[in-house]
Amino acid sequence: MNLEDLAEIAEQSVEAEKSQRHCVRVCMAASCQSSGAGAVLEGLRQHAKQDADGGVHVKPVGCMGLCSAGPLVSVDATESKTEVMYKDVKPDDTEELYAGLDGAPLERLRCPTDIPFFACQQRIVLKNSGIIDPENLDDYIAAGGYSSLVRAVTEMTPADVLREVKQSGLRGRGGGGYPAGLKWSTVAMAPEPHKFVICNADEGDPGAFMDRAVLESDPHRVLEGMALAGYAIGAEHAYVYIRAEYPLAVERLKKAIKQATKKGLLGRRISDTTFNFEIEIRLGAGAFVCGEETALMASIQGLRGQPRPRPPYPAEEGLWECPTLINNVETLANIPSILARGGDWFKGIGTETSTGTKVFALAGRIAHSGLIEVPMGIRLREIVEQIGGGIPDGRRFKAVQTGGPSGGCLPEEHLDMSVEYDTLRSAGSIMGSGGMIVMDETSSMVDVARYFMEFCMTESCGKCVPCRAGTVQMHELLDKIAEGRATQADLDLLEELCDVVQATSLCGLGQTAPNPVLSTLRYFRHEYDEKLRPESERLPPLPVVTGDH
Amino acid sequence: MPGPPVTTSTGMKVRVVTLKINEHDIGARETDSILDVAQANHIRIPSLCFLEGLSTWGACRLCVVEIEGYPRPVSACSTTVSEGMVITTHSDRLKRYRRTILELLFAERNHVCSVCVSNGHCELQDLAAECGMDHVRVPYRNQPYAVDSTHEMYRVDHNRCVLCTRCVRVCDEIEGAHTWDVMGRGIECQVITDMNQPWGDSSSCTSCGKCVQVCPTGALVKKGTAAGEMEKHDEFLPYLAQMRGNR
Repeated sequence: MNLEDLAEIAEQSVEAEKSQRHCVRVCMAASCQSSGAGAVLEGLRQHAKQDADGGVHVKPVGCMGLCSAGPLVSVDATESKTEVMYKDVKPDDTEELYAGLDGAPLERLRCPTDIPFFACQQRIVLKNSGIIDPENLDDYIAAGGYSSLVRAVTEMTPADVLREVKQSGLRGRGGGGYPAGLKWSTVAMAPEPHKFVICNADEGDPGAFMDRAVLESDPHRVLEGMALAGYAIGAEHAYVYIRAEYPLAVERLKKAIKQATKKGLLGRRISDTTFNFEIEIRLGAGAFVCGEETALMASIQGLRGQPRPRPPYPAEEGLWECPTLINNVETLANIPSILARGGDWFKGIGTETSTGTKVFALAGRIAHSGLIEVPMGIRLREIVEQIGGGIPDGRRFKAVQTGGPSGGCLPEEHLDMSVEYDTLRSAGSIMGSGGMIVMDETSSMVDVARYFMEFCMTESCGKCVPCRAGTVQMHELLDKIAEGRATQADLDLLEELCDVVQATSLCGLGQTAPNPVLSTLRYFRHEYDEKLRPESERLPPLPVVTGDH
Repeated sequence: MPGPPVTTSTGMKVRVVTLKINEHDIGARETDSILDVAQANHIRIPSLCFLEGLSTWGACRLCVVEIEGYPRPVSACSTTVSEGMVITTHSDRLKRYRRTILELLFAERNHVCSVCVSNGHCELQDLAAECGMDHVRVPYRNQPYAVDSTHEMYRVDHNRCVLCTRCVRVCDEIEGAHTWDVMGRGIECQVITDMNQPWGDSSSCTSCGKCVQVCPTGALVKKGTAAGEMEKHDEFLPYLAQMRGNR
């Protein structure tokens, strides 16, 4: 495959599209599928088959974003025609919907596409999501796919690729926000002959589904990003570490790797150059801690999935002690666009220190929940009130939780803050991988903290003492507070444990486990205080077998 | 100023660096860990999972020290020294952390010293005394754990286990049997023999007893010992490790 071959495939696709009367896209990502999109797709396909005039193409596509209104169907999302989108489509609606293709659109199910949910987004990672068929390589190529890779290996040196990534200012989208260019060049500089690229797709934050959606909707984009990374740092082997709870994403990834290898876009001698790049899939067995990079590598090696102290960092000593580049799905999915349009273009989006866009999984007490991609630097208020459509049922906004179990809750006074790595951190939360849970006045912040602490407690690997034994005690104390059995002394102890666990835990999971407690204490301390008993009413301790030391 | 490279016994060239621990100027090889260097200079840093002769584990977090310019304390056993490091081993904050970590350990399982065969010869007990942990503020979990007495010579009492994995490492790295391992996660973790079979039924165990000798508490003991009678001897380990190729 060279650039001409890619252009030819793209041209054929455009021709094919022109000959169609209508193109009907049905979202077949996991959430729409679970609300019955499969039957809708089948129904529409039947109608198209029986249609005497023909020319209607029914196409399964990836996530369209507005997951709360699924199954979603989009008609004629092309440049020349106006898109009509339908929401909550049931299999019984397909006949009516099909009949409306040439006549008046079916108003009953119509979903306006000019609402802020769609209009305020800026899509780079999700550019093809909901547009292309994720199981069709030609569709990805027609959308410009693999041209970055083919151009890089045939016309650019690895140093050129590195320069673009550095220039873009891209920071890791997995949570930490480490500059991707810096990480890449550290691995590129390592003298060892064997290096690895790992795509971390072990997305585990409660309420987060960005990586799943990207992999289900546009798997080739991630593969292309990985191959570009491999070319830049000099690696020929790569792993996608993906959780087994994402069967659809795994299936589509497998298919995508097979298709790309068959076309010579992965595997040996890519585009007839000397660059080889093979990608293997490794399934996670359900441990949250395996998203931590050293635990992830241990798991790939077949060892018990638990972290080890860093340094040495994976860039120096990673998989089988070889230099290893680990990036998150979304980070890698940005790479093909950065290479296609240049690092300067990417740097122009977002803010100075947080460039580009960020995908968020918007969930909780909000009118429109789903997947959104917005430029960095957008105000939180815009996300919650405009894109998310505000809080339903006339309730009041209380807090937005970002960063999952490592993040924190931000109250209303922070809604006008711009969404950047550093501003979120200084406000006591983190960007995280992109989960965003909105809470209204009915949510108890003590319960929220308790929920996340329970999550960290059950997901602790058990290696280091502060995380293993500390999260259990903190959870116990939160239980006590939530049930109104605690006094000020318990709260003081909780705060002290937060400090110890944060400062002394071995890995990021333990170090950040107290964050939900600390941030809710910072902004909603009164909710804790209200549940405390006065010291004089301190309950006698539960009967215990006393220990003598 | 970094010193001239020195040649180690294995023929590798290593640089010598200078650093400060608790205001003392100290010279060390750049491949050494902070804990090694402190020990060599008679500066005691409390530690539990570390044992000379075994691989570094970095899990007990008792050996945390502060390094100037680092955002958070680091474990001395797993961090190598570098030129110009300024290290503090016993700040008030670190002492408080160590005490709290010990409290967490004592509350996690049933470390009832008075009836323990290791009473008086227990590293956990000694650490509590050393770090000034005179009471436990977090509630005892009082979770009962099993005792496995199926082995003809030894016994494992999970009530006393601190999950330091010394037994796992010595069995794998020195004896080469890998009878021990860890199962479960978080608070449910437990050391197991073979595939969680009774120790007496283990087909891989060579009954060498190294695990018993390196266990810091009364979790792994010789049968037939009464309270306070179990003394352990791990002096053999550095020599064996040396003979097995400097692990």
